Amino acid sequence: MARDVVRFVRRGQIVERRDFAPTETLLDHLRLRERAFGTKEGCAEGDCGACTVAVGRLRGGRLAYEPVNSCIQLVGMLDGTEVVAVDDLAPSSDDLHPVQRALVDAHASQCGFCTPGFVMTLFTLYHAGVRADRTTVNDWLAGNLCRCTGYRPISDAALACCTGEAKDAWASRAAATADRLAAIADGADLFAGDENAFFAAPATEDELAAIAARYPDATIVGGATDVGLWITKQLRELPRIVHTGRVASLHEVREHEDRVEIGAAATYAEAERALAAIDPDIGEMLRRLGSKQVRAAGTIGGNIANGSPIGDSPPVLIALGASIELRLGDTRRTLPLEDFFLDYGRQDRSPGEVLTRIVVPRLGSGEHFRCYKISKRFDQDISALLGAFRLAVEGGRVVAARIAYGGMAATPKRATRAERAATGLALDRPASWSAAAEALAADFTPIDDHRASADYRLRVARSLLLKALTEIAGRPTGETRVVGARERSAAA
Amino acid sequence: MNSPSPITNATLRDRPDLDAGASVGLALAHDSAARHVQGTAAYVDDVPEPAGTVHVAPGCAAAARGVVRAVDLDRVLATPGVLAVLTDRDVPGVNDCSPGLGGDPILAGGEILFHGQVVFAVVAETRDAARRAARRARIEVDASAPRVGVDDGLAAGAQVLPPYEFLRGDPTDAIAAAPHRLEGRVRIGGQEHFYLEGQAALAVPGEDDEMRVHSSTQHPSEVQHLVARMLGVPDAAVVCECRRMGGAFGGKESQAAQWACLAALAARITGRPAKVRLDRDDDMAMTGKRHDFRVDWRGGFDRDGRVAGVDVELNARCGCSPDLSLGVNDRTMFHADNAYYYPAARIHSRRVRTDTVSNTAFRGFGGPQGMLFAERMMDAAAITLGLDPLLVRKRNLYGPGRDITPYGTRIEESGLLSRLVRDLERSSEYAARRRAIEGFNSTMEANGEALRRGLALTPAKFGISFTLKHLNQAGALVHVFTDGSVQVNHGGTEMGQGLYVKVAQVVAEELGIGVDRVRITATRTDKVPNTGPTAASAGSDLNGMAAKRAARTIRRRLAALAARLYQVREADVSFAGGTVRIGTESLSFAEVARLAFTERVSLSSTGYYATPKIAWDRDTASGRPFLYFAGGAACSEVTVETETGELRVDRVDILHDAGRSLNPAIDMGQIEGGFVQGMGWLTTEELVFGDDGRLLTHAPSTYKIPTCSDVPADFRVTLFEPGRNREPTIHRSKAVGEPPLMLALSVFSAITHALASLARGCVPPLDAPATPEAILRAADAQRAERARLEAVGEPDRSQDRRTPARSEV
Repeated sequence: MARDVVRFVRRGQIVERRDFAPTETLLDHLRLRERAFGTKEGCAEGDCGACTVAVGRLRGGRLAYEPVNSCIQLVGMLDGTEVVAVDDLAPSSDDLHPVQRALVDAHASQCGFCTPGFVMTLFTLYHAGVRADRTTVNDWLAGNLCRCTGYRPISDAALACCTGEAKDAWASRAAATADRLAAIADGADLFAGDENAFFAAPATEDELAAIAARYPDATIVGGATDVGLWITKQLRELPRIVHTGRVASLHEVREHEDRVEIGAAATYAEAERALAAIDPDIGEMLRRLGSKQVRAAGTIGGNIANGSPIGDSPPVLIALGASIELRLGDTRRTLPLEDFFLDYGRQDRSPGEVLTRIVVPRLGSGEHFRCYKISKRFDQDISALLGAFRLAVEGGRVVAARIAYGGMAATPKRATRAERAATGLALDRPASWSAAAEALAADFTPIDDHRASADYRLRVARSLLLKALTEIAGRPTGETRVVGARERSAAA
Repeated sequence: MNSPSPITNATLRDRPDLDAGASVGLALAHDSAARHVQGTAAYVDDVPEPAGTVHVAPGCAAAARGVVRAVDLDRVLATPGVLAVLTDRDVPGVNDCSPGLGGDPILAGGEILFHGQVVFAVVAETRDAARRAARRARIEVDASAPRVGVDDGLAAGAQVLPPYEFLRGDPTDAIAAAPHRLEGRVRIGGQEHFYLEGQAALAVPGEDDEMRVHSSTQHPSEVQHLVARMLGVPDAAVVCECRRMGGAFGGKESQAAQWACLAALAARITGRPAKVRLDRDDDMAMTGKRHDFRVDWRGGFDRDGRVAGVDVELNARCGCSPDLSLGVNDRTMFHADNAYYYPAARIHSRRVRTDTVSNTAFRGFGGPQGMLFAERMMDAAAITLGLDPLLVRKRNLYGPGRDITPYGTRIEESGLLSRLVRDLERSSEYAARRRAIEGFNSTMEANGEALRRGLALTPAKFGISFTLKHLNQAGALVHVFTDGSVQVNHGGTEMGQGLYVKVAQVVAEELGIGVDRVRITATRTDKVPNTGPTAASAGSDLNGMAAKRAARTIRRRLAALAARLYQVREADVSFAGGTVRIGTESLSFAEVARLAFTERVSLSSTGYYATPKIAWDRDTASGRPFLYFAGGAACSEVTVETETGELRVDRVDILHDAGRSLNPAIDMGQIEGGFVQGMGWLTTEELVFGDDGRLLTHAPSTYKIPTCSDVPADFRVTLFEPGRNREPTIHRSKAVGEPPLMLALSVFSAITHALASLARGCVPPLDAPATPEAILRAADAQRAERARLEAVGEPDRSQDRRTPARSEV
């Protein structure tokens, strides 16, 4: 029997929610049901961070807190977690949490509306067990917008309080919280509602496949960083939700000698380290993809399955030669990732079929990888375009090339003509490279939109290919890039 | 004797020259800081909803321009939870929420003026139900092609207000006679306010015709008056209250009123409390922004880059109605000189009408766009003449004998600008860094690399006072209670800028008590009436002075009482540190307050202030529009990737004059925050409209304000020492809300410098915002121009001093 009630921990108590709309958000739970008004709605699309709350989970037996945007987290997705909101932190104004104290001392609030979100993101950094430096702080705060302060005092507050050592009520009662979380981690399937309107979170891959096949019109939700906007912005009716997040095996990230296998429900945060180990540029791309909040919730599988023409992970994975595994009922199949994307908004996935695994080959010897994300803002911005390059080099010549772009077509797509033109290029003869760059015009007919014009996209697509060649030919990236130098990540 | 080291953002502290027990000058935290971090600071949506509160969601037509043929709301009304649908026919009074000049219907009736205009509003039991229902209307519009951009409006000759002009000397002759003549065009983008708290209002109906409105507004009095006029009731029947806003930046000066009116209308129609809280996307589509401009200019210069004459046309996209465009565009004109002397000038302003949302106030109120033009002209002159832009700027700064503005006012403090620039030039090591950058750029060019660096130091001078004279007044109300605690109320609103704590410091100082004894209360129109907006950086100048006068009245009464009872002279009664010294006696402030009560002396007073000296006659374009100028200087260094257009701001040094700071911590926050907001305006923040008039960048996913990592890692901000306002403003402080935003022009000029290195002597045709695409476009234009010049054998245009240069900038 599936469990029909969602359970999570709030303020040390187990909260049960039985009657809730499948699309009810955590923010609505907090503000409309609990009447806890500390958490603010700034944008209702996971881009401003004002609604950030901390979600505690057991990871490897240890309690870990991650920031999430409560405006696009569904209540059902919180099953089995501890939810900490800003209202919970201080017993009184005279007894502020260290993070709150540091923000006050640094004059880090002006209008104060974004502040609860910053408090909660910093609460998770405070518990992350790292001594924060400025780069760390920038990365953690990329998902929290402040329009008043100019951030400097907030960064200073973070540096002052996030020392790697957590000494607060949450640290001292971590064991008790872990016990509570263990007590509600029953491994049972969750099915709240009836067959017309439900929130289902199966606990096994088999049950996920079964329920998706049984309700082929159901919306399959990973981290809801995209589906959340269907709810809050498009006001879509989504009566049947199947959440992949409780299937433990789909969170697995397995590192083999020649490949990395990623379960489709693995979040960006869970997959980040293994993917960055393939090449530091992938780490840099993931660092700039969304924000801490988005990467704590969003999944690699969702990034593929939602079929965005941009990505950012699909073009990178295509260039690497990744393949995916899909499952419809008990039938499994695999296909190269690039074949999954058929056209704008159309993928090679049958109703009821679920994406289960992504297999990413590592680089062989003599192979080089580069990727570049181009956006108006460096952090937490959807790319105007992204170029990814896997080049095999022998004797100073490119002997094989896999090149893929996002943002250049209706789908993430390989640049087959540019690949052919790049094959055989001599790395010591930059003058000969332009043909490969020019071939991109035959590969792509990009569009004008609010992120960039078609001309810009094509122009920069060429620049990126030339930049990849320049760097692979030996130019230090400190001399070619304004952000994300590889030398720095190598040193770190 | 060494003077004390100045206060910087690395060494924030109280002002060093304070007496013991002083309140003014302390680097106190924002009065709500502890509540901000706990989430207990309440915004409109957090105010406990009275039982039965209904929710209102606006609805629109899918057109930018046209005549409404039919409105079918049956499906809306049939939606579960819907109680009523409001249209223009439901408005009992006047259907307009403009700040004075008309043209802004609360609910559009027959005509659609822009995409996102509110045609109807749904009233429902829940916000969710109201939003869902609002999408179910069927509105038929005889649509016509909208005029979207400023060029479209200009081509049609459409304007919301007549043009206006300053003319000084004979600029045509002066330009013609100058040895160097330049002309150019620069496009300057608008800016979304992106206050984190969206527009919100809660209206609670009272007895009979009364209405109480909680509004997130910079202008409670205007909301009160507009709600009353809309309902057809006396002003006295309506109270507007605002405890705080979650940011405003000008976006809630005039444009908070519509939502308050809709809430009040829903409350009147249903008899229940009614709330409006806009969804972010609706907020961005339905409310106005900073004006975008096309600036066309001509200038004449001497061989040293000194301006001889200027002729500039400032074409602003105002949108579909006047809103505040008169004042905004006047201020653009007042700041088209920035800090520079123009011996002859024609400054012509067109207020272009388009079929887009009505643009409105935004921090700087038109000034930044005028100043961007001035800085572009300085860069153009310097690049063309092969001079260091800072040298050209310094030569053009106002100074002795060169101190009359294009609008005829004399700059009384002209030496201050030179001092700020000189001090910052030295402390930022401008010259050495400029040389290093020239070397770096040469190396990059030699290696065929794409990176270029740029450095620029720009001043900012900003006129303080509303140019609409009657707004320069303020009232305050101070109550002393018999336990010695104090309540302060004034007409200013708190939007995060720290006005409340500054005014509390002023009152505490006046009464000689600690700031912790002063309780700041929500701004309410029934406590202090007929107020102006909290805007124009004037919040603490105006309200601080009004509150000081109210407190002084009470202090004088207390002093007179004490003198009488203790038989001393009033001059021998003093207030400090919570103690009242009466000759040789000493009582606590609370004891004196109790004494006043028992002796029947009033412990409550109003205070009133009207800014002196200002007298601007718009009809004759003469007089003195500003009491004084505030400003500073900034030096920014950037790195540009010239094959992708990516930009990194590496280091910023700021020296800013806040006068004698009322609160150095609060002022530092305004400077840093204003700079970063200005940097966003000039770099990542791009408003994109479709040809159909729809705003395409209507959410933070598509409209990118700066985030933490965009702030330069090396960010050094110093308060100018010894800052002191020569005018008798509140404790000789200077207004600080808007001026720092314009310091970000240094970033734009630094990018210009980096791009100039691609083709020496050629002015990069960089438009704002300098997105990667805009930067790449300018970089490619530079490379093309260089190739063209090399083809004709003229590789460095700046070397040719004989021929008057002309460039399409």
